Amino acid sequence: MFLRLLADVRWRGADPKWRSAARCRSASGTAETQPVPLPAEARVVICGGGITGTSVAYHLAKLGWKDVVLLEQGRLAAGTTRFCAGIVSTARPVSIELKMADYSNKLYQQLEQETGVQTGYVKTGSVSLAQTQDRLISLKRIASSLNVSGIPCEIISPKQVAQLHPLINIHDLVGAMYVPEDALVLSANVSLALATAASRNGVQIHERTSVSHVSVQKGRVTGVETDRGHIKCQYFVNCAGQWAYELGHSGEEPVNIPLHACEHFYLLTHPLKEPLANNVPTVVDPDGRIYIRNWQGGILSGGFEKNPKPLFTEGRNQLEIHNLQEDWDHFEPLLSSLLRRMPNLEALQIMQLVNCPESFTPDMRCIMGESPTVRGYFVLAGMNSAGISYGGGAGKYLAEWMVNGYPSENVWPLDLKRFGTLQSSRTFLRHRVMEVMPLICDLKVPRWDFQTGRQLRTSPLYDRLDAQGARWMEKHGFERVKYFVPPGKDLLDLDQSKTFYKPDWFDIVGSEVKCCKEAVCVIDMSSFTKFEISSTGDQALQSLQYLFSNDLDVPVGHVVHTGMLNENGGYENDCSIARLSKRSFFMISPTDQQVHCWAWLKNHLPEDSNLTIEDVTWKYTALNLIGPRAVDVLSELSYAPMTPEHFPSFFCKEMSVGYANGIRVMSITHTGEPGFMLYIPIEYALHVYNEVMNMGQKYGIRNAGYYALRSLRIEKFFAFWGQDLDAFTTPMECGREFQVKLEKGMEFVGQEALLEQKQNGVYKRFTMFILEDHDTDMDLWPWWGEPIFRNGRYVGKTTSSAYSYTLERHVCLGFVQHFDEKTGEELVVTTDFINQGEYEIDIAGQRFQAKAKLYPFSSLFAQRRRKDEVELSGYQRE
Amino acid sequence: MLAASCCDRRMCVCPGPRRIAIPVRSSRLPLLSDAMPAPTHLFPLIRNCEISRICSTMCYCHHKHLCCLSSHFAHGHFRYAPQKKFAALYRPKENFYQFIHARDYASTPQRFYLTPPQVNSILKANEYSFKVPEFDGKNVSSVLGFDSNQLPANAPIEDRRSAATCLQTRGMLLGVFDGHAGCACAQAVSERLFYYIAVSLLPHETLLEIENAVESGRALLPILQWHKHPNDYFSKEASKLYFNSLRTYWQELIDLNSGETTDVKEALINAFKRLDNDISLEAQVGDPNSFLNYLVLRVAFSGATACVAHVDGVDLHVANTGDSRAMLGVQEEDGSWSAVNLSYDHNAQNEREVERVKTEHPKSEEKSLVKQDRLLGLLMPFRAFGDVKFKWSIELQKRVVESGPDQLNDNEYTKFIPPNYHTPPYLTAEPEVIHHKLRPQDKFLVLATDGLWETMHRQDVARIVGEYLTGVHHQQPIAVGGYKVTLGQMHGLLTERRAKISSVFEDQNAATHLIRHAVGNNEFGTVDHERLSKMLSLPEELARMYRDDITIIVVQFNSHVIGAYQNGEL
Repeated sequence: MFLRLLADVRWRGADPKWRSAARCRSASGTAETQPVPLPAEARVVICGGGITGTSVAYHLAKLGWKDVVLLEQGRLAAGTTRFCAGIVSTARPVSIELKMADYSNKLYQQLEQETGVQTGYVKTGSVSLAQTQDRLISLKRIASSLNVSGIPCEIISPKQVAQLHPLINIHDLVGAMYVPEDALVLSANVSLALATAASRNGVQIHERTSVSHVSVQKGRVTGVETDRGHIKCQYFVNCAGQWAYELGHSGEEPVNIPLHACEHFYLLTHPLKEPLANNVPTVVDPDGRIYIRNWQGGILSGGFEKNPKPLFTEGRNQLEIHNLQEDWDHFEPLLSSLLRRMPNLEALQIMQLVNCPESFTPDMRCIMGESPTVRGYFVLAGMNSAGISYGGGAGKYLAEWMVNGYPSENVWPLDLKRFGTLQSSRTFLRHRVMEVMPLICDLKVPRWDFQTGRQLRTSPLYDRLDAQGARWMEKHGFERVKYFVPPGKDLLDLDQSKTFYKPDWFDIVGSEVKCCKEAVCVIDMSSFTKFEISSTGDQALQSLQYLFSNDLDVPVGHVVHTGMLNENGGYENDCSIARLSKRSFFMISPTDQQVHCWAWLKNHLPEDSNLTIEDVTWKYTALNLIGPRAVDVLSELSYAPMTPEHFPSFFCKEMSVGYANGIRVMSITHTGEPGFMLYIPIEYALHVYNEVMNMGQKYGIRNAGYYALRSLRIEKFFAFWGQDLDAFTTPMECGREFQVKLEKGMEFVGQEALLEQKQNGVYKRFTMFILEDHDTDMDLWPWWGEPIFRNGRYVGKTTSSAYSYTLERHVCLGFVQHFDEKTGEELVVTTDFINQGEYEIDIAGQRFQAKAKLYPFSSLFAQRRRKDEVELSGYQRE
Repeated sequence: MLAASCCDRRMCVCPGPRRIAIPVRSSRLPLLSDAMPAPTHLFPLIRNCEISRICSTMCYCHHKHLCCLSSHFAHGHFRYAPQKKFAALYRPKENFYQFIHARDYASTPQRFYLTPPQVNSILKANEYSFKVPEFDGKNVSSVLGFDSNQLPANAPIEDRRSAATCLQTRGMLLGVFDGHAGCACAQAVSERLFYYIAVSLLPHETLLEIENAVESGRALLPILQWHKHPNDYFSKEASKLYFNSLRTYWQELIDLNSGETTDVKEALINAFKRLDNDISLEAQVGDPNSFLNYLVLRVAFSGATACVAHVDGVDLHVANTGDSRAMLGVQEEDGSWSAVNLSYDHNAQNEREVERVKTEHPKSEEKSLVKQDRLLGLLMPFRAFGDVKFKWSIELQKRVVESGPDQLNDNEYTKFIPPNYHTPPYLTAEPEVIHHKLRPQDKFLVLATDGLWETMHRQDVARIVGEYLTGVHHQQPIAVGGYKVTLGQMHGLLTERRAKISSVFEDQNAATHLIRHAVGNNEFGTVDHERLSKMLSLPEELARMYRDDITIIVVQFNSHVIGAYQNGEL
């Protein structure tokens, strides 16, 4: 309560200007004056007056959308925004998050000047401490990434830490990362400043107005129902923070926003005897799970405990946020950690333990974007306790998205459409956020899987594979095999297996890869998204020809690999389409495309009752038979010749396998290796699997997992959608011109952009790098996001990497750009530019020489194929 | 066996320096604190190996200074005053220990402390729990169940425990027995006493029925249902002998049939006295079997205290002989815990007891009766089973010892006659019995040997068990409010609360939990793992210097049933 009062006084005193500017605000403190009536109509209605809502309003107004109404059920910035710790930190491992935080920092810095509202912005810098070598590695990786993004940052020794902060005990430290530009703000005031600026630009702000639900007609937002009346609108933005889930479910057409609140505690103290300097850096001690900042001469310290307390699972009244209890026993580990880090604080007097709920999402990344089910329904929420850091940037991207149709950066990692209804169970969310919140402080290592909320979607073969030693990972709720641990062999415990170096499964995957190369392996790939599109007449072909860049008017039984592009020629999806008949098509896309691709097709296919699309993902189990002997296994099982003469590659046929009929067999393997994909109606799955395994025995068949698949694909230079490919990458930039038929005699989405690129050249180029002086056993392994240096200059980042067992080298894939040496302007990237350069890849500060290649090693292919036959498919995001 | 018992501090009758060594026990603490750094690291070393090995290590390390010492050690006098030697050895030679430290840290640093699982396996080795079975989902017994446990300090342990349900009468019997000068007497009492009590409680008809069954060789009605830990054994060899003595007892009871209903208090006193009498008699008569003969003598020449509770409905009787103790845990209305004593210690601290002893003997002996808080300057408990050295006349003792087996004859202890031994008996086994009507607020009963009570105050015992049984989740949350609290203070408070919770969660047995506190409590009253680990890793030879055998039974009452009794519903 005390803090609240304090904050009230602060912002009241701070912004008399804003109060006069905000004509519509109801007087809250003094006498109850009649609130200004709501407008009957607006272009955009934003629900939520916290940092995200005000930021979206601010940026919409900046972009020229001024017919905007912002509704807040209580008072502006009175929820989590008020209670949060006000730390702006740019040290983020995910590139898009880093960009958002960097933008926010720059925005807040000039906000006071722009609006006249005191934001309390102080550039203090931040110090992230490492107690272990592994932690230091992860900090070094972030530092590399910050440096190439133009954010000053350095790795410092414990002694330098002591010089930066007078109170830190450095005895257990191995190093630290110092980011001098990080800042502190008064979070509520930042939000109010954004609101002030927005309202000056014409945005109307109404407090004490709560949204009851959103009206939808024909899949579009038409208006908002509030406790003070109805507002007609085209766009609705859900910025309701921890209430976003409930608000999403309140309407007739539910919008799933998977997030869940957890209690979050931080401590406030009275000032120190010698008060801390105003600009003393914020300390983050992830190994101790705490952060510590200066607060009015004392300290503010909170953290992310191992045993979080989720709340509001059943949905609660928002008023309770002010009545949350302090829980000292729960805070004890964090307090111990604080006193270990700063032993001199023992005598410091406690002021308060603040309980401030924060909302968390199932994958620790925030949620933004348009709902896949309701057009015009946008969301920005689930900040995972970094609302202040992300708020500015996230608001900007969402505003751009609404105004331009797409944001200026690739925000797929944050897109609402990465989730579907399957992540909206309250139980799932409650369990998952209990894992996510501690993860904020946990070491983030490659190939890490969530342990909660698992075994939701499984293949019918799950038990069979599990019994054979399968180790599982999860993608979009679907359990997929990573690799099979042979009997008698044991791997490390989950906690101990965390490493930035060579993992313990190295040899296991190596032998699976070997088997794929020499004999035959089975990989269960049932998680792939599968759609069937059919029509009574030509509609299906016509529509697909318009949506896809490759020519789909191929003979029945052919499989075409193609991109689903946006207006700019960027990949919205990357898929294989089989023509089952003249009028029906079978489309296979990556697992996490299920929601996004569906929404894209729904939005772009014409309203035509003769054209149907169906999601048949659940109807088929997919088995991938990879290897030179796959032909033998399948021909023995089907009594049909399967040799390339009879069954050429990129071919699809319904046939019988064993006793089962109606199996769709395709001569693709998604790896470049010879073999087949079998799409099996699920009731036959076990039968076909058993038959394949029995028959395959004499050919040395074995199970394999996705790690083997990934190694095979990356060494063949196959790009993955979601990892390497995104909405900002065109086929021209990744060497896939052959999948674009500009002259197919029909207009298609993105055609113009591609034509232009074809004439003018590309500004980035997908390149494969072979690490030269990298010791697999001793050196840090590449992951993704490592900076690429050409002749010592930064030219781009890697997007994925894997160890190639064939080359016995690490292979990294990434984009190379060409920046002008003087102006930094982006220039066209030519083949010569790529080929004439000395490359280095920076892994956690250590640079390794790399050889760049624009085409895969042809000698790797067992059979030489025509170049246009080479399937370049990639469905798998790591 | 008897030789080993010389180390018993309760009864130190060895001639020579060992006797004086006893008061050294009071200098234990300074030893612990002064020289702790060194022994801490040495103890585990000693633990699993022979003293001589250590000596040789020492020799090896410090040849010139210690060769004389090592020869001294090697001759096996170590046991007589080890602490003195160690202490003398530690202080002047600090650098020597630093050397040992460095050496051991370098090689196997983990050896010095027991890990928490190791500590737990030691603490839980003897734990036992019994839940009174429920009938039709209803438990009509006033006892919910009990937890018991023992932690040895002597090797072998001299404490015993027993628990049994009376089958021919209602009620449950629970007892702890603290042996001294060996475990023979405690063992015998733990096996036999409950039968004597049960028989004393049986109505005339049942006694007749049993006697007839024995007479005609029919199956006997079971009298007791024992609740035993696998480590609690009964001696098979003596069962026939014991049975005959018991049978004689019930035959006498049948002959004496007074026709009155049995008073529990009376029955308890009679049973105690009768058993002690039988022990004494068996030793005097002897047995043709040489093994048994030696056994009965060992039983008679060693001693044991007994603290026995009989619970029947709301009637709780505690019969106590010696310095074990029974304590009732009472939950006050405000939820706090208090302790009510249900026994009196029979030792020098009990003035009434000293007075009793003095009135039983001529005035001329007044000064020699109690010396150094011990009976005749030797025995700590003022009442006990066995201990015929304090009961028989000198002539009887001499006759029995001389006619006894050689082992007995060779023993210094048995031949030794207490000083100022003029008007035996000086010792009795007659118990003091306290009757208590259980109330709903009486939540549990703790029976424990003095090993517990000398380390913990009964108030703390009541609180720890009470909080354990009710679960610490009833802990009030802390709120700072307007108080001035520093981070350090808050941290201290929180760690203490957490320690409580974590130690509660570690134990499934209230007695184990109590032992953990008794052994591991630091000055703040919380369990200190390091201390616990040190205390439990003491070598056998030294363990007895730092702690006594501990035996605990915690009986939990069923407040609902007791409430129903009170309201006359049962």
